[in-house]
Amino acid sequence: MDIFGIPLQAFLGQLMLGLVNGAFYAMLSLGLAVIFGLLGIINFAHGVLYMMGAYAGWILLDSFGVNYWFALVLAPLIVGVVGVVIERLFLRHLYKLDPLYGLLLTFGLALIIEGLFRYEYGVSGQSYPTPDLLAGATNLGFMVLPNYRAWVIVASIAICIAVWLLIERTRLGAYLRAGTENAPLVQAFGVNVPVLVMLTYGGGAALAALAGVMAAPIINVTPLMGENMIIVVFAVVVIGGMGSIIGSVVSGLGLGVIEGFTRVFYPEASNVIIFVVMVIVLVLRPAGLFGKEA
Amino acid sequence: MVSSGAATLRVRITYAILLVLLAILPWLGVYPVFVMKLLCFALFACAFNLLLGYTGLLSFGHAALFGMAAYVCGWVVTALHWPPLAGLLAGMVTSALIGLVMGAVSIRRQGIYFAMITLAMAQMVFFFCLQAPFTGGEDGLQGVPRGTLFGVLSLHSDVAMYYFVAVVFVLAYLFISRIVHSPYGQVLKMIRENEPRAISLGYRVDRYKLLAFVLSATLSGLAGSMKTLVMGFATLSDVHWATSGEVILMTLVGGVGTFFGPVLGAGVISTVQDQLADKVGSWVMVIIGAVFVLCVLAFRRGIVGEILAFLDRRRQAANPPNQGSSETHRAAAAPPAK
Repeated sequence: MDIFGIPLQAFLGQLMLGLVNGAFYAMLSLGLAVIFGLLGIINFAHGVLYMMGAYAGWILLDSFGVNYWFALVLAPLIVGVVGVVIERLFLRHLYKLDPLYGLLLTFGLALIIEGLFRYEYGVSGQSYPTPDLLAGATNLGFMVLPNYRAWVIVASIAICIAVWLLIERTRLGAYLRAGTENAPLVQAFGVNVPVLVMLTYGGGAALAALAGVMAAPIINVTPLMGENMIIVVFAVVVIGGMGSIIGSVVSGLGLGVIEGFTRVFYPEASNVIIFVVMVIVLVLRPAGLFGKEA
Repeated sequence: MVSSGAATLRVRITYAILLVLLAILPWLGVYPVFVMKLLCFALFACAFNLLLGYTGLLSFGHAALFGMAAYVCGWVVTALHWPPLAGLLAGMVTSALIGLVMGAVSIRRQGIYFAMITLAMAQMVFFFCLQAPFTGGEDGLQGVPRGTLFGVLSLHSDVAMYYFVAVVFVLAYLFISRIVHSPYGQVLKMIRENEPRAISLGYRVDRYKLLAFVLSATLSGLAGSMKTLVMGFATLSDVHWATSGEVILMTLVGGVGTFFGPVLGAGVISTVQDQLADKVGSWVMVIIGAVFVLCVLAFRRGIVGEILAFLDRRRQAANPPNQGSSETHRAAAAPPAK
């Protein structure tokens, strides 16, 4: 069976690959959106946090023999702590300044961290084995679906929903949202806003790291993986509407799929399709699909 | 300049000394190719500063303008055998056109939105250069000839090329100075300081910004094209976003919104890279990143900005009341962007 002259098998395979990529885009842009929403900082270091997550997973396995499932919890914790340190040491000096300084500072941090990893591990990739439980593939009749990919899609969508619920339906989330609107007022009600801000950045970092560990068995773990990812994720955030949580998740998954389709029908354009979509969206809706007009 | 007569004279003398220095530099034992490369990046940083320092727009996509011009210039000179000046012109026109499109889309948003949109558009240019047939893909364009100026003057020797680059640089620098100190430049500064007021005064702000973007793009194109002629190659690293970051850093280190700052910043960063590249490997990245962090945290005014602020403070201490601080000082103390 063919769809537009493409074998169904290949078509669905690319669609699935697109969904997997989209799942990572969604998780990363979600973290970016939350950090931007509360701290007003465009976190250029998000890519290296994702890369550090993958490395943390790989190091835990390679040097300490920690298995995938524990790494899935430990690596985000470690990177989350790194995030807290970054926030305490650097970012908190910038909150009263123009947001562009945050962009520039995190850009500098990204260079430092990537440089250190390049120095230590070189630019060649490390491979991370698929966990035993998820090895193999399931034959769905119309296509063969690798189990690990199915797990990534399901897990990341679950995580996105959980984060959304945390922000929209809990007291902590209400403080977070109120803090983005009017920090001094929330502080006056006895909420410790600086701690909230610190935890938000740590949480965003942990989310990026979680995406990194989950990506490790699918792609090569290299110091460059964050650099390649971050620009795409920025585009996803811009398309979804900056700071919009639902926008980042929907546009993350959607763009992954669009990218997958492009790879089937016109592979040459698969690298740029997201940026093309971004330009079209911005011309039509400057605030992004789900963004509020500023 | 609004500054007092004595200060103007001092500035003029300083520039005269720098000009003489520029003229005799190859005879002082300095490697001319390094100085040429430095001048290209200095011009690039000045072009970038026209946008960030004087209009308040942080573009994160200037590598696309620099790099695309580098490719086009390299290609017309190598494959079509155009003379060097035509090569420069082709590069500038290309960048102007890209700048027009990029600017038209991006000036609809401000601040970080603007930065991210320019970044994403530059990424499109990057992937175009990676895949287009004429750029040589991963290898880039190699062996671009310097050619002959006006059909008579061979630029093959480093010294001849050096003087050509120096003249182009000085002319471009004067041109930027003319823009900044023209009524148009004053409007740009007003937009940077208070955009709503500019709009309420009836200025069509978007047009001014777009023109600034195109001017900055064209000059970045000149810098990129000239770099290709000097070095004889154009590669993917010219269009890579790390180059956009580099030009931001050069401007930041030198002093955003100061006139000479970007030149100094380009000098400092190029020298650091040149001196360290083969000695410390990946540490260059770490060091550049650390300079970035340090600048943002502690020296937001940059080298020239800090010096000007220091002189300003000292002058005010000497004669406190009614000091109309000069325009350059005002710019130096201002934040880079809104």
